[in-house]
Amino acid sequence: MTVHVVLAWLASAVAAGTPLVFAAVGEIVAERGGVFNLGVEGMMLVGAVSGFIVAVHTRDLALAIAVAMGAAAAVALLLAVLTITLGADQAVTGLTLTLFGAGLSSFLGKPYIGIPSPVVFRPVPLPVLGDVPGLGPVLFQQNLLVYASYLLVPAVWAALSHTRPGLALRAAGEDAATADALGLNVAALRYTGVLTGGALAGLAGAYLSLAYTPAWTDNMTSGQGWIAIALVIFATWNPLRAAAGAYLFGGVEALGFRIQAVGGTTPSYFLRMLPYLFTLGVLLVVTMRSRRPGVPGNLGRPYFREERYG
Amino acid sequence: MIRIERRAPMSREAAAGLRLAGVAGALLAGAAFLSATGHDPGQAYLDMLRGAVGSPYAAQQTAVKAIPLALTGLGVALAFHAGLWNIGAEGQLAMGAFLASWAALGLSWPAWALLPAMGLLGLVGGGLWALLPAVPRALWGTNEIITTLLLNYVALLWVDYLVFGPWADPSAFSFPYSRPFPDAARLPLLPGTQVHAGALFVVAIAAALGFVLRRTAWGYEIRVTGHSPRAAAYAGMPVRANVLLVMVLSGAVAGLAGMGEVSGVIGRIQQGISPGYGYSAIIIAWLARLSPWGTVGVAVLFAALINGGFALQTSGVPAAIASMLQALVLFSVLVGDFFVSHRVAVRRGRAAALPAQEAAAEP
Repeated sequence: MTVHVVLAWLASAVAAGTPLVFAAVGEIVAERGGVFNLGVEGMMLVGAVSGFIVAVHTRDLALAIAVAMGAAAAVALLLAVLTITLGADQAVTGLTLTLFGAGLSSFLGKPYIGIPSPVVFRPVPLPVLGDVPGLGPVLFQQNLLVYASYLLVPAVWAALSHTRPGLALRAAGEDAATADALGLNVAALRYTGVLTGGALAGLAGAYLSLAYTPAWTDNMTSGQGWIAIALVIFATWNPLRAAAGAYLFGGVEALGFRIQAVGGTTPSYFLRMLPYLFTLGVLLVVTMRSRRPGVPGNLGRPYFREERYG
Repeated sequence: MIRIERRAPMSREAAAGLRLAGVAGALLAGAAFLSATGHDPGQAYLDMLRGAVGSPYAAQQTAVKAIPLALTGLGVALAFHAGLWNIGAEGQLAMGAFLASWAALGLSWPAWALLPAMGLLGLVGGGLWALLPAVPRALWGTNEIITTLLLNYVALLWVDYLVFGPWADPSAFSFPYSRPFPDAARLPLLPGTQVHAGALFVVAIAAALGFVLRRTAWGYEIRVTGHSPRAAAYAGMPVRANVLLVMVLSGAVAGLAGMGEVSGVIGRIQQGISPGYGYSAIIIAWLARLSPWGTVGVAVLFAALINGGFALQTSGVPAAIASMLQALVLFSVLVGDFFVSHRVAVRRGRAAALPAQEAAAEP
């Protein structure tokens, strides 16, 4: 295999991994605040369809991204109200949110199936950086959303580990009663986490429908939301590790396409199983090594001041 | 000052009324959405009702649709009883359909031998597929929500591979289905109806589940494990073995649903055997509060919703409205459940008036 082929594969690994970066980092923010949002897949679909519709009608990519993030955050608000304010079971609410998002996006997207978007994110090679041998073609000949993800990941990592609001969010997720006693507003922090996660899932969806495979098709996320959730466990709730993992998963996904492109004879169905099987394998290895690696202490538990104990 | 506070839980009747109000609220929200997207909600609901139960034919089709929903719902409910989330009914259904189809396409047995074999293979296919995530769950506590879900995609791709590849019907050009099953591999219809005999599976399994959970020691173990795995372990119950067994049984029932679909309804194996039965099953089991017969009842309602949604397509409303309504029903029932034990209180005067002073002021 020539260097050329390897570089092309690595570049497509980054392109394929970027939606996972957005979605997984968003889910990390939500879970660090204590809310387990299983609705990632549904929120991504809502972002994908709403961004696509806005792009078709306005030809304005910035507006499309803003609407995609806003729409997915609005759907996330449903989950936030149900689980944070009303204390509903997070798993069943999140699963239902996925069904809701799939239904909503399929409903709204029906007239847009088969239409090309008039505007899409195209690769914008960066001056200087894009010409660095090796790194340039892999990292710096991508589209603007990929560059945005390069900035987002360290920003979220720094915010969660070195800023007051980030630490407050983590306190709400680790030990809500103590955070409350310290005068932090647990509910407000958790709402912020869930809505941020929703917006980022929407961005992940819009990346798919406006940059990666620019078009709308029903259920076009095909399980990437679930892979993102698995990635959070693999990354032990750390955004930097999540990004590394996302590119790894992107590489596995891209590998399937590469094998087909060079005329491999493995049926495509088996190659398309690879990302799911790889995710499963990684989850098994991670959980075999430690039962609850790095889980936020109060993840999944609703908090009501009058019901606290211990 | 408006605040939410605890109240003494409502009576059972009032709580049930609140759930019904929740369903009505979901329909209202759906109506608001339909009219916001330029459809006539009254007409749409009427069309759905007609499509679901408007004629004897439609009502029987709804019953047919309820069979896989009820079976997957019962499987999911059993797992829930043990505190396990089986989100993989979709894939287990597909693998049950796969093994049953293997017999239907490969064995030229008479119906009396072939159908039981297919039923058994359906159970085995779904059960083994559920065993895959059950083992890491039992040994290392690997989150079964994610593993069962990821396996759905693998199972569906496997069926795609078969129906596009080795099992493709040579006379169907490139349509994604196998050649039709022989007559011996088709479940008979219940006499005088258009409902296939898979309905009997539903009755048998709901009855068996109700009996096992309420009347046997093993059912008691399962429920204890569901409430508190630690308590179950302290009491000497074989928690790990029960996790494996429950997941396998839960998957087996979903696999049987797959056998029912290919043998009773479709008559071949094809791409997209299930339009998401395994996902609806979770909502169904939850709404039925895991009661076996309740699951069957909610499955019938959801079948009506899904068939009604399909009927709407002819008048230009996407069938996806049915999945939105399923989700909205669950959301509003969750809201209702909260208000069984909470109320919104409006207090005048200073915020958080001190209760002691209030009490002192009263004679």
